[in-house]
Amino acid sequence: MAGSKKIQFSEKAMAYVRELIARYPAGKQKSAVIPILHLAQAEFDGWLSAPVMDYVASLLNIQSIEVYEVASFYSMFNLKPVGKCTIEVCHTSSCWLRGAEDIIRHIEKKLNISAGETTTDGMFTLKKVECLGACGYAPMFQVGADFYENLTIQKTDELLEKFRKEGKRQTYCNHLVDVK
Amino acid sequence: MGKKLLLDKVGVAGIQKYDVYRREGGYAAVEKALKALTPEIILDEVKKSGLRGRGGAGFPTGMKWSFLAKPPGVPRHLVCNADESEPGTFKDRYLMEKLPHLLIEGMITSSFALGANTSYIYIRGEYAYIYKILETAIQEAYKAGWLGKNILGTGYDLDLYMQIGAGAYICGEETALLESLEGKRGNPRIKPPFPAIAGLWGRPTVVNNVETLMAVVPIINFGGEAYSKIGIGRSTGTKLISASGHINKPGVYEIDLGLPVEEFIYSQEYCGGILGGRKMKAVVAGGSSVPILPTELILRTAKGEPRLMTYESLGDGGFATGTMLGSGGFIVMDESTSIVKNLYTFSRFYHHESCGQCSPCREGTGWMEKILHKVLSGHGTLRDIDLLWDIQQKIDGKTICPLGEAAAWPVASAIRHFRSEFEDFVKNPQSIQDVKHYYRLTGEKA
Ligand SMILES: Cc1cc2nc3c(=O)[nH]c(=O)nc-3n(C[C@H](O)[C@H](O)[C@H](O)COP(=O)(O)O)c2cc1C
Ligand code: SF4
Ligand code: FES
Repeated sequence: MAGSKKIQFSEKAMAYVRELIARYPAGKQKSAVIPILHLAQAEFDGWLSAPVMDYVASLLNIQSIEVYEVASFYSMFNLKPVGKCTIEVCHTSSCWLRGAEDIIRHIEKKLNISAGETTTDGMFTLKKVECLGACGYAPMFQVGADFYENLTIQKTDELLEKFRKEGKRQTYCNHLVDVK
Repeated sequence: MGKKLLLDKVGVAGIQKYDVYRREGGYAAVEKALKALTPEIILDEVKKSGLRGRGGAGFPTGMKWSFLAKPPGVPRHLVCNADESEPGTFKDRYLMEKLPHLLIEGMITSSFALGANTSYIYIRGEYAYIYKILETAIQEAYKAGWLGKNILGTGYDLDLYMQIGAGAYICGEETALLESLEGKRGNPRIKPPFPAIAGLWGRPTVVNNVETLMAVVPIINFGGEAYSKIGIGRSTGTKLISASGHINKPGVYEIDLGLPVEEFIYSQEYCGGILGGRKMKAVVAGGSSVPILPTELILRTAKGEPRLMTYESLGDGGFATGTMLGSGGFIVMDESTSIVKNLYTFSRFYHHESCGQCSPCREGTGWMEKILHKVLSGHGTLRDIDLLWDIQQKIDGKTICPLGEAAAWPVASAIRHFRSEFEDFVKNPQSIQDVKHYYRLTGEKA
């Protein structure tokens, strides 16, 4: 977290939090923790710091540890800062069969990072991930909530250029709710 | 041309929208169920249909529903398993993206049959864009009066909510899914009790796959008996198959159960043959967890009969010479594929996805990944192959949930059918770099 910024959801996000909690029976508000963590990650710079997780715990009236143990279990939650644009390339069987490794190697060379790293300008993080349910449209990667499929080297280059130009933070929440 | 029960309207422009879906005859099953049928009759139709769970295990849906406990005064729940994460499987995603209202229609009908007044769709976190499509469809259904209070004036109330995951294959296992839905880590529960007795928040719960719940719609529309006439023996109805790998036409296909495997792979209507006219080497027929089979055994059983796309025919010969229909994730590999490298991607996957509760699974998957990596980097020994065999045996059947088996079976079957390829790697590490046979490995840092 940027040190001085106050950790507080926007009014719109708060309305969404209330709606999420209402989906569960009274006293079972803990069920909303995963969608709220997605929202928090989208609102607070793309990752979950301890103060952000404490804030989520306070909203749900549960212990901080109950939030930490969830956040650390699921692979979509970042416990460290990441680039604005995280490129998640699937490298499981079907994608590997159709050339996922070529795409990964190409991005590594192009961005001058290894998988798992972030570019020095903080723009891109490259991640190798397991099957995303796009096996028939391989090779593919996910950026934010969107799938980019049937990739070629050329298409990959064009997409990297597009993300760089847009320069905005890509989040999974894009399609969940309009947070801003 | 097979019958299309789920995908018959998929080509209609705008079918994702409520108005179009309704105009094309959508929600007729809900009307029929709520106005003309009782929960008992619906259960009976589902039993008659012979429908089996499409999530992977193939358990008869009617029987599962009949196990649901009904203690007075305790709410019951229906939960749709839309976690779809089994490598090679992408049919639920296709179904939900193209036909969101069909899932809602199936869930209303099924919830009514089970006496559930609050139901949930648990969707994997990576499918966030589909979450949005379904959420929109649910709002439309509320507005049109198919959800909410006193549906169609029948006095039946139903709320349907989405819940999103955050990246964990194990949350597809039904008790892990329920834990996740309760806002916890996705650790599978020890069974019994089964969810039908104590599921979500300890209440009686049915968990069904997306495709299973959608199939309830044609069963109600046309009758269980008509549904049971499609297919062969205990494999009734149609099945969505996700086809990927080295084929000309990867994609999602709805087949009548009973279609010959050879026809599925080579006909233009389905996979359209092997990419580049090359020869086929092996197939994983039902998602990464099921045993891999070499070409001769996927096309024909050990007895020499044509292999059919049914639970029974794919299973013919047990694990010695057969496999499973599983989730219908059909991965085809051509002659250039390294079976060892493919297995490595699977073993890495299971190690990554193990929840870590049981030591055979947590430690065993890690060791299998490590040993395969060693073999692939040219440092393997013949003992390593035996060690792999030994480890998978020590996982199989000794864990809380079936992820352990799912990790063990691919290893066992790859060694069973392709042992010589493992030995080649060990005896002749240079072959790993041999572009002729293993060109898909050239990028690995040896
Ligand atoms: C490790 C593991 C992962 C699973 N993943 C899924 C899944 O993604 N989707 C699914 O429907 N079933 C999955 N299942 C099966 C479910 O536990 C459960 O049997 C299924 O949802 C029941 O629905 P059905 O009877 O309609 O098939 C998985 C099982 C295991 C052991
Ligand atoms: S078998 Fe593996 S995934 Fe299943 S409960 Fe045990 S450790 Fe977890
Ligand atoms: S293997 Fe890559 S999306 Fe399934």
